[in-house]
Amino acid sequence: MSTAAYWLPIVWAALAAVAIFIYVCLDGFDLGIGILFLGEPRKEHRDVMVNTIAPVWDGNETWMIFGGATLYGVFPVAYGTILPALYLPIIMMLLALILRGVAFEFRVKASGIFGMKFWDVSFCLGSLVAAMMQGIILGGLIEGVKIENNAFVGSAWDWLSPFPLFCGLAVAVGYALLGATWLVWRTETDLKSVMQRLSIPLGLAMLALIAIASLWTPYLHATYMHRWTHWPEILWVAPVPVAVLALAAVFFVSLRRPETRVTPFLCALGWFFLCFSGLGINIWPYIVPPTVTIWSASSPPESQIFLLVGAVILLPIISAYTIYSYWVFRGTVTADQHYH
Amino acid sequence: MPDMSALFLARLQFAFTVGFHIVFPAFSIGLAAFLAVLEGLWLKTEKPVYLDLFKYWLRVFSVVFAMGVVSGLVMSYEFGTNWSQFSQKAGPILGPMLAYEVMTAFFLEAGFLGVMMFGLNRVGKRLHFAATCMVSLGTLISMSWILASNSWMQTPRGYKIDAATGRFLPADWWAIVFNPSFPFRLVHMALACFLCVAFIVGGVGAWHLLKARRQQRKPTEAVKVMFSMAMWMAAIVAPLQILAGDAHGLNTLKYQPAKIAAMEGDWESESRAPELLFGIPDMKNETTHYKVGIPLLGSLILTHSIDGKVPGLKDYPKDQRAPSPIVFFSFRIMIAFGVLMAGTGLYSLFLRWRGKLYSNALLHRLALVLTPAGFIALLCGWVTTEVGRQPFTIYGLLRTVDSVSPVTLPNMAASMTAFVIVYFIVFTAGVGILIRDFSKEPSSHEPEPPRDEPHRAAGITQVSHHPAE
Repeated sequence: MSTAAYWLPIVWAALAAVAIFIYVCLDGFDLGIGILFLGEPRKEHRDVMVNTIAPVWDGNETWMIFGGATLYGVFPVAYGTILPALYLPIIMMLLALILRGVAFEFRVKASGIFGMKFWDVSFCLGSLVAAMMQGIILGGLIEGVKIENNAFVGSAWDWLSPFPLFCGLAVAVGYALLGATWLVWRTETDLKSVMQRLSIPLGLAMLALIAIASLWTPYLHATYMHRWTHWPEILWVAPVPVAVLALAAVFFVSLRRPETRVTPFLCALGWFFLCFSGLGINIWPYIVPPTVTIWSASSPPESQIFLLVGAVILLPIISAYTIYSYWVFRGTVTADQHYH
Repeated sequence: MPDMSALFLARLQFAFTVGFHIVFPAFSIGLAAFLAVLEGLWLKTEKPVYLDLFKYWLRVFSVVFAMGVVSGLVMSYEFGTNWSQFSQKAGPILGPMLAYEVMTAFFLEAGFLGVMMFGLNRVGKRLHFAATCMVSLGTLISMSWILASNSWMQTPRGYKIDAATGRFLPADWWAIVFNPSFPFRLVHMALACFLCVAFIVGGVGAWHLLKARRQQRKPTEAVKVMFSMAMWMAAIVAPLQILAGDAHGLNTLKYQPAKIAAMEGDWESESRAPELLFGIPDMKNETTHYKVGIPLLGSLILTHSIDGKVPGLKDYPKDQRAPSPIVFFSFRIMIAFGVLMAGTGLYSLFLRWRGKLYSNALLHRLALVLTPAGFIALLCGWVTTEVGRQPFTIYGLLRTVDSVSPVTLPNMAASMTAFVIVYFIVFTAGVGILIRDFSKEPSSHEPEPPRDEPHRAAGITQVSHHPAE
């Protein structure tokens, strides 16, 4: 294997991981707000919840399209096997994202049978189903996809097993936590204190789910187990649980202070980062476990270089104007703002 | 009647979802450009009517754009769910182009959309105008990439085929992107998007002109301005589109003659060919029934000479012929609407010259009826070019039957049903909202966006967004 053919997939795997992580963080709190949406009985509060993300949700979802396009361009074998293998959860996720996405516009504008109530429900259920399907897709991937000759040969229902379903639940809870802590940061008075109270059980649930996932994953494959039980591989993974607990301490202490703002949200993001890293350590160097590595899945170096040139130039620019647009809409959001 | 195989459903599903999707980006491309022009005129002339119109059409844009984004998200994954073999083989070429579209266009649109929608009182007029221009630029860049990809599938260049895996590998990116049909397709599509929006805006303007006439009052300034702008566009762009379409047709004749034969329902290659106005192509018996044609016109249109030789379907093996009955009609419907739109535009010029643009009810009724004309022509044109490429996904190189995913029939059927239901709900609700928005006139007192951040440049980091009042 030439040097380029060795290094390019590694660079791209890292870039793709960053893109997916950015997506998970950004759309995570969007979807989380959707999951919590129907739990909030007051319409003014629901309007505020939507308004905190109305100017940015679309950009957040673009990271997911970027993920799909990167997979298609750089790891076509992964794209062409993961999507048929997890066909049903992916289709359900897309449909859920459609209903949830148009609900931003439609809930305040529509009338008749498909009026506000209908779109409020689709906003909530769409977010919940999308989150669970993302978890199921992730779980199905970690558990492994049956592949022969670069084609999926398993059953359409392979993902319907305990571990993926557990991941679906975990991602939904995690997103709800991101949503709640985002609202602690970005809202005021009643809504903020409701979310602050809610963050505590959500945080506890998240910790429990992380613990179960960490104990469960190594038993799925021998390679995963090897990483967690052998020296020196364990050096890579040992800091992860320690950091999770350290963040938990910061998280629960900060939630006790009424004036707390961004800290709980940052802690929740930290947990996501650690889980994501743990996951990366587990499946490396596979992109479709347990058979397809990032090298066997990748497109030729010409394709990867062509795209890498653009990514190196464009991603910093994209980050700059994305941060600018968040900056324009900074500060807390109150019920007096009408974005429609 | 094709059998209900997984392949047929995969095609039907893809056609349905992309056909649904294409309407909204086309709408967004034209509308974003229109919004940028309106805001630019407002900044330049400071006439409030342009701001009123900007706000009116911005509300429409928000609905249209959201529908475009969510239906587009489906597309970026559907290449894999429905066409996994195609994706693996063509991924090294088409994947990077799609990724470039995301990086250069989608992020740009999405990043500035929030500022464009909600930021007028937060960032100041000039920055806001810059944001509107960025969104418009994003839509245009996006169109360029997706048409480069589509054109490559029609007229592939700059690739080499990997012997071991059968994959298409990039050899020359310049040749891949600027493949022979790309410039023609791009111009044709861009003009189509502008025409779609010209006739939507014109139709809405005409509706309010007719309403004002019925209520025996004078139409408002805003209604007159938007109708006038729309008719200028129709008068200029529709005839240009006919020229662009003609050039695109010549390009297709050169690179995809079999497609032309299917579009024309011609079976024998001949010179001095007639142009069929009507006919029913019959693939099985290799003939076209009930032909009504104009002698010599076929050769004249396709080759710009009455002696020119046009291709016939019998020149090609049976398994390389596109289904003529579909493209024969989709092509003719597109042409019919194109001619109607150009006629409307020219008629409006004449009335404008006579000073009757705002008083001629016939023009207004015509414009109202033709509100969806741009979209009908666009969809028919798209059907013509995509069905005309069959039975290939990558023209002449990869067959559709070899492109499909190993997804079973029941799963494909289940997802198809779900797509139809969800799209039906979304489409009904969206169009309902749009029609209700259109039924209101742009008032001269459009509600101001919230003034929620009075001390913008004061360097305060955590400003509570309380309203100024």
